[in-house]
Amino acid sequence: MKRDDGAALRQRLVVVGNGMAGIRAVEELLALAPQLYDITVFGAEPHPNYNRILLSPVLAGEQTIDEIVLNPLSWYAEHCITLHTGRRVVEVDRVRRVVVADDGTQAPYDRLLLATGSDPFILPVPGRDLAGVVGYRDIADTQAMIDAAQEYRKAVVIGGGLLGLEAANGLMRRGMEVTVVHIMPWLMERQLDETAGRLLQRSLEQRGIRFEIGAHTEALLPDRDGRVMAVRFKDGREIPADLVVMAAGIRPSTALAERTGLLCQRGVVVTDTLQTVTDPRIYAVGECAAHRGVAYGLVAPLFEQAKVCATHLAQFGIGRYTGSTTSTKLKVTGIDLFSAGNFAGGAGTEEIVLNDPWGGVYKKLVIQGDRLVGACLYGDTADGSWYFKLMREGRTVADIRDRLMFGQNNIGDTGHEGHSRAAAMADSDEVCGCNGVTKGTICKAIKEKGLFTLDDVRRHTKASASCGSCTGLVEQLLMATAGGDYSRPPTMKAMCGCTDASHAEVRQAIREQHWLTIDAVQRGMGWRTPNGCASCRPALNYYLLSTWPKEVVDDPQSRYINERSHANIQKDGTYSVIPRMWGGETTASELRRIADAVDKYRIPTVKVTGGQRLDLLGVKKEDLPAVWKDIGMPSGHAYAKALRTVKTCVGSQWCRFGTQDSTQMGKDLERALWRMYAPHKVKLAVSGCPRNCAESGIKDVGVIGVDSGWEIHVAGNGGIKTEVAQFLCKVKTPEEVLEVSGAFLQLYREEGWYLERTVHYVARVGLDHVKKRVLDDAEGRRALWDRLQFSLDGEPDPWFEFEKARVDMRQFEPLHAEGAAP
Amino acid sequence: MSQDTTDVIETAEWTAVCCVADIPVLGARRVARDGAVPVAVFRTADDRVFALLDRCPHKGGPLSQGIVFGDSVACPLHNWTIGLADGCARAPDEGCTTPFACKVEDGRVLLDAQELRTRAVGPQAD
Repeated sequence: MKRDDGAALRQRLVVVGNGMAGIRAVEELLALAPQLYDITVFGAEPHPNYNRILLSPVLAGEQTIDEIVLNPLSWYAEHCITLHTGRRVVEVDRVRRVVVADDGTQAPYDRLLLATGSDPFILPVPGRDLAGVVGYRDIADTQAMIDAAQEYRKAVVIGGGLLGLEAANGLMRRGMEVTVVHIMPWLMERQLDETAGRLLQRSLEQRGIRFEIGAHTEALLPDRDGRVMAVRFKDGREIPADLVVMAAGIRPSTALAERTGLLCQRGVVVTDTLQTVTDPRIYAVGECAAHRGVAYGLVAPLFEQAKVCATHLAQFGIGRYTGSTTSTKLKVTGIDLFSAGNFAGGAGTEEIVLNDPWGGVYKKLVIQGDRLVGACLYGDTADGSWYFKLMREGRTVADIRDRLMFGQNNIGDTGHEGHSRAAAMADSDEVCGCNGVTKGTICKAIKEKGLFTLDDVRRHTKASASCGSCTGLVEQLLMATAGGDYSRPPTMKAMCGCTDASHAEVRQAIREQHWLTIDAVQRGMGWRTPNGCASCRPALNYYLLSTWPKEVVDDPQSRYINERSHANIQKDGTYSVIPRMWGGETTASELRRIADAVDKYRIPTVKVTGGQRLDLLGVKKEDLPAVWKDIGMPSGHAYAKALRTVKTCVGSQWCRFGTQDSTQMGKDLERALWRMYAPHKVKLAVSGCPRNCAESGIKDVGVIGVDSGWEIHVAGNGGIKTEVAQFLCKVKTPEEVLEVSGAFLQLYREEGWYLERTVHYVARVGLDHVKKRVLDDAEGRRALWDRLQFSLDGEPDPWFEFEKARVDMRQFEPLHAEGAAP
Repeated sequence: MSQDTTDVIETAEWTAVCCVADIPVLGARRVARDGAVPVAVFRTADDRVFALLDRCPHKGGPLSQGIVFGDSVACPLHNWTIGLADGCARAPDEGCTTPFACKVEDGRVLLDAQELRTRAVGPQAD
């Protein structure tokens, strides 16, 4: 992208720090406002931006330095970024607004971004300056360790945390005898509890790494040439060492910020917009920044910060960073270890523990109230990303608590999420069945294109971009390949790229502000795009209509084509027509009219659907209104996020086992609920006895007749992932069936997020919430049922009442060029 | 409007297909062509009009049926985003559909009859 226009008007952005956080912020900024700034980047290292997390695989000889470069020099040139590598900024003049590097290079700024990262903590012991003593932070350190491994035998790593153990493993893989010195009582005490720490130690000992746990390093001793020779402990013991790696932690690199007079408290103190509290022209992101007292050392929070910082730099100013939950995975090949959140437990928490010392598996889940708040897994981490997701979503786990320990695959799943353990899959194995994407393709894209987030992978490979059921697997691949979990917390997830607001925030604002148009929402909430996109507009249209029925005017241009043309588009651009058959019953005259229409309009395929109706496939768009008219049956809404069918069995009218008249109940439900738009499609079923021939157990609302009345089950799903509906209540009369079913569906219509099926809605809010609103509160239930009836009262049938349903009839008429034969 | 370069204007046989008002705002209409894939004419929120071959470069979906936003349309089949001005898919998707010269005069939408006769004329299906 060449930027040659308006150069004189552009502001100057200087970035100090050429690492992952700073460059991520620049990338986000370029995506939002490519023309806004002239950008200059200073990096102390002589390299372009690389993936620091992958230094451990480089040390272990599994990857090369070239492979971990994220932004080659050509990227900087392409985006007209002035890059100064190998130059450390030593001064910031906040009055003249100029930065000065150690070689005298100067760069003036309008906005300054500090992304100086962190420095390894070097123990203040005698001998720390000797040759052969290194930190573990950058490519130079890594190269020094690789070189030492070729010449020397004995290495001591000080620090048994994540970084220290990865260093120890790498050096051992390169043939050195490695001892890890750790002052705390067990390894990785900040990420693991004692049991998991001991299991980890035993496993590493089996690989040949030695440990000095609880040992205090007192001094590093030199040989005659001034190179380190041994490590001495406080108890007087000495162990030989030709190489000492200091991996006892990192400290935010704040020397420059302190000299500049910026407030630093274990990091440069920043606000929720990542501006320093001292000078709003200066921003800080990444490991050098202290946000609400926390300096993050993991990549996911840094990327979230970068995104917020970029929106502020781009002058949108709407994003806020409010802190992150983090997770950890050790990158030592063959050792599976995962921890997240409050893994240690403590007062007010409960623990579920599985401990199999012989099998080398240990899992601890920490629960507070009805939420999962922490996890520590050793030996089997396949469900790590799932647990992490449950934690970040903060959803209730009360309903799955008894099975939680056994992982996602044991939660009522017969879909293809059953292939777990991404690591065990071959490269040629298919991960995404919808788009035919293999594990190999995904891993290649992650490595070659430097992908970090689930969204990145979706955009580049389409994996998990359609039905989403392989999302867990893709997350596992991301974790394994890129070395961490980078997905953003879904509870904070923006509706789409047009906004930072989440579905929940938008729904709430529409209600509170009484907004009635899409434009009002977009202006009120600071949409970045002039008129949204194909993903947010249908959602907004639904939220408006469902929140303010009879006040909001439907916007057909913000509906997906199926709901705009009231038919289902097919792969060849033709449409299908599914007329409504109440409760799955039809008549000779209806069938005759359908048969006549099939002949008259040469409709190629007629198919019986799973919802007990007939599907006419291959209808030309121009013919749709005539087909509807000829058939003369109501719209089946088979094309809409709306009530589809009420499937029924024949029930007591004919069946010798039937206890209730399920067909009549089904017809009554369908007549009461048809034309009901919802966040997603809604399917009902009514069975006349517990044999359940109408498959009520996998419907959004499933009704089962029993001798003494009706059982109502909700939130089932027979789609991508089969979910058995949950028992809601038992009632006596058909009137009660209507009221309870209607109230549940209205609750879903008011609280569900667009494209969220009832199963996911109920999983999010909890069945207890539904029971409280629909069962315990009789008045509230009636109010819900009344609101639904109010919404549906007088709603048009779009196949016949075109004007009232705002069907733009022009879409069915092709245009012709003047003079061309029509 | 997308293609009004000088040489096009000089040689074009401008012919009216409809008025701007005949196209829904943030919508499209299809211009039928004898024995060839139709041409879609799109109208943006600020009343600019663009014309593209009504076939997505991905799997041939009819772009005229998609949701129009900004200067783009989302294909109704698999949600590729196609730029209205150049007919090209937005990264990381790759591929372009054929753009057609198009301009608005006195509220009427004009296409080049010669282009309509000759451009992207071939078998309908891929």
